[in-house]
Parts: sequence; structure tokens; C-alpha cells
Amino acid sequence: MTTFLPLLATESPVAVPGIFEIVWIVPAIMAASFVAILLFSKRLSIPAHWIGIPAIMASFLFALAIAGNWIAYVGDVADSHDSGGEALAFVDGDPELAAASADDEHGKSIGVSCLTDDANHADDGHSDEESLAPAALGFVEEGEAPHVSPCPVVTQVTWFENGGSAASGGSDIQVGTMVDGQSVMLLVVVTFISMLVHIFSTDYVAGDRRYTHYFAFLSLFTASMLFFVLSSSTLQMIVGWELVGVCSFALIGHWWEDKPNSDAALKAFLTNRVGDIGLLIGMIILYFAAGRTFDIRAINEAAVTGAISQNTLMVAALCLLAAVMSKSGQFILHTWLPDAMAGPTPVSALIHAATMVVAGVYLIGRLYPVFYVGFDIEGSTINPLALVGGITCVGGGMLAFVQRDIKKVLAYSTVSQLGYMVLALGVGAYTAGMFHLFTHAIFKACLFLGAGSVSHACHHSFDMKADMGGLKQYMPKTFWTFVIASGALAGIPPLAGFWSKDEILVGAGVWPGTGGNGTYYLPFLFGMLTAAMTAAYMTRVIWLTFFGRYRGHAHPHESGNRITVPLIILAVGAVFAGFLNVPKVLPVLGSRIGLWFEEMVEPAGIATFPVIDHGKPSFSLAIVATLLALGAATLVYVYYKRLYAKDAMATDYTDSFVAKNRFIRAGHTLLVEKYYLDHLYTGTIAGSTKGWMAQAAYWFNQNVLDGFIDRVGSGTTATGRFIYKYIDQGAIDGAVNGSGLGASQSGEILRKVQSGRVRQYASLMFGAATVLAAVFIIAV
Amino acid sequence: MFLNQFLFLAAILFCIGVYGVLTRKNGVLVLMSIELILNAVNINLVAFGSFNQDIAGQVFALFIIAVAAAEVGVGLAIVLLIYRNRRSIDVSEADLLQG
Amino acid sequence: MTSLGILAAEMTNTEVWVTNSFFLAIAAVSILAALKMVTTDNVVHAALYLLIVLAAVAAVYVILGAEFAAATQILVYIGAIMVLLLFGVMLTRAQIGSETDLDHDQKWIGALISVVLAAVMGYSLWEAFSDAKLPDNRVPQGTEAVADSIFGIYIVPFEAISVLLLAALIGAVVVARRD
Repeated sequence: MTTFLPLLATESPVAVPGIFEIVWIVPAIMAASFVAILLFSKRLSIPAHWIGIPAIMASFLFALAIAGNWIAYVGDVADSHDSGGEALAFVDGDPELAAASADDEHGKSIGVSCLTDDANHADDGHSDEESLAPAALGFVEEGEAPHVSPCPVVTQVTWFENGGSAASGGSDIQVGTMVDGQSVMLLVVVTFISMLVHIFSTDYVAGDRRYTHYFAFLSLFTASMLFFVLSSSTLQMIVGWELVGVCSFALIGHWWEDKPNSDAALKAFLTNRVGDIGLLIGMIILYFAAGRTFDIRAINEAAVTGAISQNTLMVAALCLLAAVMSKSGQFILHTWLPDAMAGPTPVSALIHAATMVVAGVYLIGRLYPVFYVGFDIEGSTINPLALVGGITCVGGGMLAFVQRDIKKVLAYSTVSQLGYMVLALGVGAYTAGMFHLFTHAIFKACLFLGAGSVSHACHHSFDMKADMGGLKQYMPKTFWTFVIASGALAGIPPLAGFWSKDEILVGAGVWPGTGGNGTYYLPFLFGMLTAAMTAAYMTRVIWLTFFGRYRGHAHPHESGNRITVPLIILAVGAVFAGFLNVPKVLPVLGSRIGLWFEEMVEPAGIATFPVIDHGKPSFSLAIVATLLALGAATLVYVYYKRLYAKDAMATDYTDSFVAKNRFIRAGHTLLVEKYYLDHLYTGTIAGSTKGWMAQAAYWFNQNVLDGFIDRVGSGTTATGRFIYKYIDQGAIDGAVNGSGLGASQSGEILRKVQSGRVRQYASLMFGAATVLAAVFIIAV
Repeated sequence: MFLNQFLFLAAILFCIGVYGVLTRKNGVLVLMSIELILNAVNINLVAFGSFNQDIAGQVFALFIIAVAAAEVGVGLAIVLLIYRNRRSIDVSEADLLQG
Repeated sequence: MTSLGILAAEMTNTEVWVTNSFFLAIAAVSILAALKMVTTDNVVHAALYLLIVLAAVAAVYVILGAEFAAATQILVYIGAIMVLLLFGVMLTRAQIGSETDLDHDQKWIGALISVVLAAVMGYSLWEAFSDAKLPDNRVPQGTEAVADSIFGIYIVPFEAISVLLLAALIGAVVVARRD
């Protein structure tokens, strides 16, 4: 299956681990689990989780094995390059590309093409199955760290033959898997969170009326997400993108008997359709721009080498941005995400916080050169990506302040953090964005599952003000894991969120001495603001939920092991995940671990990825950001402590400064009304369009259709009169009478055709066929 | 041997079958006429297979024979059902599709 | 040379002459039997006339060198389908003798359509294939070739057909079941 090319005689290419060719097994296991649950669970009365949990565990172990192989592979490739000494140009087969890389205008190297292998395969006529090889031996700029990443390992089969492979001028459609740092990272994250959510769910949705359905869709979702993550072509990505959308729809509407739930599911689905138009258009533009190929490597390489003009890339990137905005809940299309919390809480944790909603971010990462070159991220001060991300992270963060529903707070927090990731990618901090995706998945899953645990104890209510408070002493495990995850989200060192957030702020390149791609003042400002706000609203949530006195009417109790164990595992992750990528200047950890995550995930020295400047970490920035977060948290803590000192049981307060000050109250109302975006969508846009369209249709009906019919009628009458007057008098009485009654009689005749008699139908069919045959014979 | 010999035979049988389908009232007779039509088609297939020296014609004739068997099975079941419900297999009486 | 001329020339060849005569006889028999089948007023007779047509078609297959199709025709049609049809006749309690109202009143519609259809088809066949001759050196397409083909490139349609038969079997049972 794998064919290794003899690269250069002196270099022994690093063997691609065979496991990379069978990664399709991971989604396949989950798909099989979906089918098995649907077919067997109810009929053989096997509890659905007996199928789902072993499947997801197998997937997780497989993903770990793949990750281990990838880590070893990256190391081997880097070593082989080191031993090679001088930077080598691998110019086999594509001199143009090599030339392009040699005199690149930025003076930076483009790196080795990952496509040359493809071409060779096509020549051999072996386009059926191919596996991309091996070590890319690349140009490395002098003086830069000699880290060279392996090319993405692609295993493809031809799905649809369309005139030969891309290299031979046709456009065969290939499907397959693509293993690189980004996909391996997501592979591990998705299977890990999914596994914990499966375990959590066995308790949380126990006894649900659609337990089997629930687990079946969890499996299908995991399979779809993995399919999306491992896609090697943009076409496959669209398929995966829609599949996860369908699963999201089904799971948001899990309790569809309640109208709000099914409404929320529809809203999510329809909002995502808006973005899907962008996705389709963007992918089609890229398909043609990159020379009729869906291959992600080819598109990326064409973008990096300048084979596609910047304008085209910008248009494509803008279209794709629409898709990102809908799927990843970016501002103005984010409204579905908070409503999506109507689904079961574990689903919110898995789909609407940790995995599916990052699909948009993942899409940017997958086609990063398109965005990087298209938006000219390098060296500018603002671009659409950073702007959308910045507005989203501030706007979402502000909305999180006014929610009573604990899940809604977390939902808006997710919106805000997704904005952070997009901002990171927008300012060129690729690894920071991906790293934030990674850490956020862990601590946000922990927060959502924690919220689920809390509501499990409080009669499935999510209202923080009415039904919670003082839960600290009742559910200590949930409390501590929630606090740790909140700290991670707020960016308190040394928890996970601190490291990833810090890298994003560094990447903006504004703080003195950080460097990076360009200087993004506005996004940086937004980022700092969000850092403070995140700490503040999370403190509010913790206070309302766990401090003060219990205001509900249930008997809260700590949840069972199947709920707390996933929480603890995730909390441990929230503490330690950040250490995977720490600045090299940090004592002890810096030299041992350093930028390990970056080396594993970010491609370097290959042509499918742009050369990115990395910011230099700054202690002062880290200290300022931390102080900002801590200060905001303290402020909120003090505020709520004083507020509830007056009336510990208050579920709504009328004498807080929010209620007193007119301007703040106005702002509060604006936030409660979610910036009136829903009003805009359903009231103004949908309403006016509906009204306008109805009116237009009415007008059309009244004037055009009726007019037409009137004309026809009067025309018929006139003709009839004419005939009566001139021809009827000319003695053809019977014929004229018949045609005069034409309109009513044709109806009668047509009614008779519908006799229901089979024989008559058969006569008509054969007669018509005969007539048609005769017409063909005469005409042709 | 001319190809047309066979094609004409097939065409004539086909038209006779069509006539049968259109004029017969008895459901079983209609089914028989349909068999006639299918046989006419089969003659065409085999004749073209022989003309082009291609085995595909005969193979598809075999497939059609199999399909005809299935069709007769289901068709007779339907006729029996009609008979059981109406005590008659006059297809012109089965006019529930009337609009 | 017109095609009739070719035919006349060919008639000098004994083998062709015999085959052609044989074919003409079969064609005449089958057409007559078919006509009787659609006009007779006895259902059982109609079934027997159909039997003659089917046998004649099998003979045509033999002339065309399609031995396996001919054998299958006899086995499946005459052996199975005819029996099914006779069962159908029996179960619907048709009279064994003549019946009066087997046909519709308006037979002329059917006659018109089939005559026009025959004219159209005849014209187009004459236009398209008047010179087409079967190859003289054609080899009979034996059972081995059929088997190779069915279980080779046509394996998927073959499997589909077998599933179809199964579905038809189940469908027939479900439809005709007395419940």
C-alpha cells in the first residue's frame, strides 16, 4: 500500500508508521457503533451504553496510539533532518515550485512541496490507493530553528473517476484520511471528551425515554466529527460538516416534545444553513482556483506558493468565514449556540462546547494558508478574521453577565472563547489558536458537565438565582472541579487557560517586545478586555451557584461516581494541559517541555503551510493579564458578597446599582435582549421578508395572474363572439358551439381521463408511446 | 439470415401483446399478454446479442426471464386479492383510482 | 442489391434455406398462436396458446444460437410460469368452457393502437436494419460463456435479481395471504 520513494540516495526517508493508513478505523468504529445501537440495542434489549462505551473506548485507545506514532514520527523526521546537516531542497519533479521557493518575495522559504509524490503516483497509474510519503526535506531559513515537520500523511482512494488524477489533467475525486498534527490533536480531543461524556451520560440521562436514540446519536456525532477531522479533501469536509450539523440538530431537539427545544433545534439548523452557503461557495472557488482539485494539500500549497491570486483567496476566505461564523458561533450568527443549550447537558458539553463548534476554527486551521494569504495576516493591523473574533469575544463575554441560566452563561462563554480562537488565528498565532482550542475543550467540557452535575442535584433546573446557591457544602467534588475549570477559563496561572490565552495575547504583537505577525491593536484590546470579563462572569457564576445560601427547594446532594469521575479527570486535565506548550524561557519546564505542542501541531518547513512569525513571550504581559483577571474576579466577588449580605434568599434584586442607574439599566436591557439580534432576525428580517414576499405574491396574483386569466377569458369571449358573428353565421353551427364552451368542456374531458380504469390508462400510455415514437421517427 | 426477421417477429408479438393488454378484461389474460410482451423483448435482446456476437444479450434475456417470473408471482397474487375482494377479476371494475 | 435480392441469393445455400424455412414456420406458428391467445374466449385455451408461443420463442433462441436462454425459457416459462398462470385461472374459478365477456366492448381502441404501433415499429426497423445481416460465421453462445459472463462482470445484477426474486416471493405471499 505504501510506496516509499527513493528520495535522495544519501537520505533515508523516515518510514511512515503503518497505523496512519488505517486511521479510518477510528470513525468507522463509531459509525459501526451507531448502526449496532440502532439495530440491536432495543431489539435484544442491550443497554445502548454497552455498545457505545466500548466503541468509544476503543476509538480513544486507537487515537492515543495514532498520537503516539505521530509524536515519534515528528521526532524522527526532525532528527533525520538534523543529521542531514545542510538544508536540502527536494526538487524532484517540480522545478517550478523549487524556483518559486527559492526567490520568494518575502525572503522566506516556502518549504518542500508535499505534492510531488502524488504526481509520481499518477505516472505509475497507481492512483487507486496512495500514501504520501515521508520526510519532507526542506528549505530552512538560516538561523531559524531547524524544525521540519513531516508532510501530512494522506491515504486516499478514488471515489469517483473523472478523467484521471489531478496530476494527469483530470479531476478524479479522492477521499481518504489526512494525518497531521492538527487532525491528530483533534482526534485525541474528540475521542477523549466523547468518552467522558458517554460515561457521564449513563447516569445523567438514565431512564430517559429515548436513551437508545441518545446514545446512537452520540456515536453518530463522534463518527461524523472524526470523519470531518480526518478529511483529506474539502468535499469530505463539507460532508462531515453537514453530518455533525444533523447530529447537533437531532440532539438539541432530543426532547422535542417541548416547543422551545424543537424551535432551538430548528434555529441551530437554519442558522447554520446561512453559513453553509458560504462554505459551499468558498469550497467551489477553491476547487477551481487550485486547478480542479478538492485536495486540501493542493489547495494549501497553491495558496502558499502564490498559484492562486490573493484576491481570489480573499473572496474564498470571506465565504468560508461566513461558514465559520455560523458553525463556530461568531458574532451576529452566534444566536443559535445559546439556544442550543436546550439539548441534554452532556450534549452541550460534547457538541456545543468542546468539539462541534470548534469545527469552524478547525476549518480555518485546515485551510490556514487561504486565510493567511487571503487576508494578508502577515504584517497588517486588522483583518476580517481578527475583527470578527475580537467582536465575538467581547460581545459574547458581555452577554454572559446577564444570564440567569448557568448553561447560558457557559454558552456565551463558549461564544466568547471561540471568538478568542478565531482572533488568535486572525492575528497569525496559529499554534496559540489551536492550543486554546485544545485547552478550552477540556475545561469547558468540565464546566458543562459540572453544570449538569449541579442541575442533576437541583431537580434539573438551570436557574442560578432561583434554584441554586450555597451548593459548596453539598457537592464538594463538583464545586472544586468547577472552580478549577473556571480558573482555567479565566486564565489564572498555572491552569491550562492561562498558557493558551497568554500566547494569543502575545501573538497579537502589540505588547512591547513580543513581535509576531503584524501589530493588532484592536484585537489585542479586545483580548485583554475579554480576559478580565471572563474572570468576572465566571466568578459571578461560582458565587451564584456555590456560595451564599441555598435558595432552591430540592435536597441537593453530590452526584454519583459516573458523573464525578469524568469531572475529576477533566479538572486534572484543566490543571496540566497548559504545560504542553510553555515558553522556552520559563525555568524548569521551559527547557524540558517548551513548545512541544507547537512542534507537534504546527507544520514547518513544508509548502502546505505559510511561514509564520512567532511572538516572543513576555513576563510583563502575563503579569498584567493575570492581575487584570484577578482584579475583575475580586471585584465581582465583593459585589455579590455585599449584595447577598442584605438578603441571602433574594432571587432577584431591585436595589443593586444595575437597577438604580438608568444608563447601566439600559445596557443591561440591551444585553438581556441579546443586542436585539433575535428581534432583528425573526422580527425584522424574517418578518419583513415574509410580509414583503406575501405582498409581492399577492400583487403578482392580483395583477399578473388574474390579469392574464382575465385577458385569456376576455380573449376567449371575444374570439367566441367573433366566431359566432362571422363563422357561425356562415353555417358551421355545431363546431362553433363546441369551441365556445371550450373552457368548461375541456375540464369535463380531462375529468373523464381520470376514470380510474386501468385499461384506459394502459391505452393512453401505449397510445402516447406510439405517438412519441412516431414523432421521433419523423423528427430525427 | 437477416436481423430484421427476428426484429419483425418480435415487433408483431409485441403489438399482439399490447392488443391483449388493452382489450382483455380478465386479469389472468392481461398477465399472459404481458408475458407475450416480455418475450418479444427477449427475442430482440437475443437477436442483437447474436448480431453483435456479444453474450450480454443472452444474459439480459435471462435476467428478464427472472424478472418475468417475479412479475407473474406478484401479479397473480394481486389478481387473487382482487378476486377475493370482489368475486371477479375484471380489471375494468377495479377503478378505485377514479378521480 | 436490395435485401430481398440478398435473401433470394442466399436461398441458394441449402443450410440457410433450411434455417430460414424453419424460422418462417416458427414465426407463423407463434404469430398465429399469439393472435388466437388474445382473441380466444376460453381462458384455458388462451393459456395453451401462450404455451405454443413460448415454445416457439424458445425455438427462435435455438436458431439464434442462444442455447442456454432456450433451455431456461422452457424450464422457467413453460415449466413454472405457465403452471402459475394455470393455477391463477383455477383459483379465480374461471369457467373451463367458453366465456362471453372476456373482452372490452371497445376493442377497436386496442386494435388501433397496436396496429399503429406495429406500423411505426415496422417502419423504423425497416429504415434502421434493412441491410443488417447476422454474421455467417457466428458461433453459438454456449452455456459456458453465459456462466462466465453472469458470474463475472454481471455478478452484481445477478445478485440484485436474486434479491428481487426473494422480495417478489415475500411480496406475493404477503399480498395473497388470507388473514
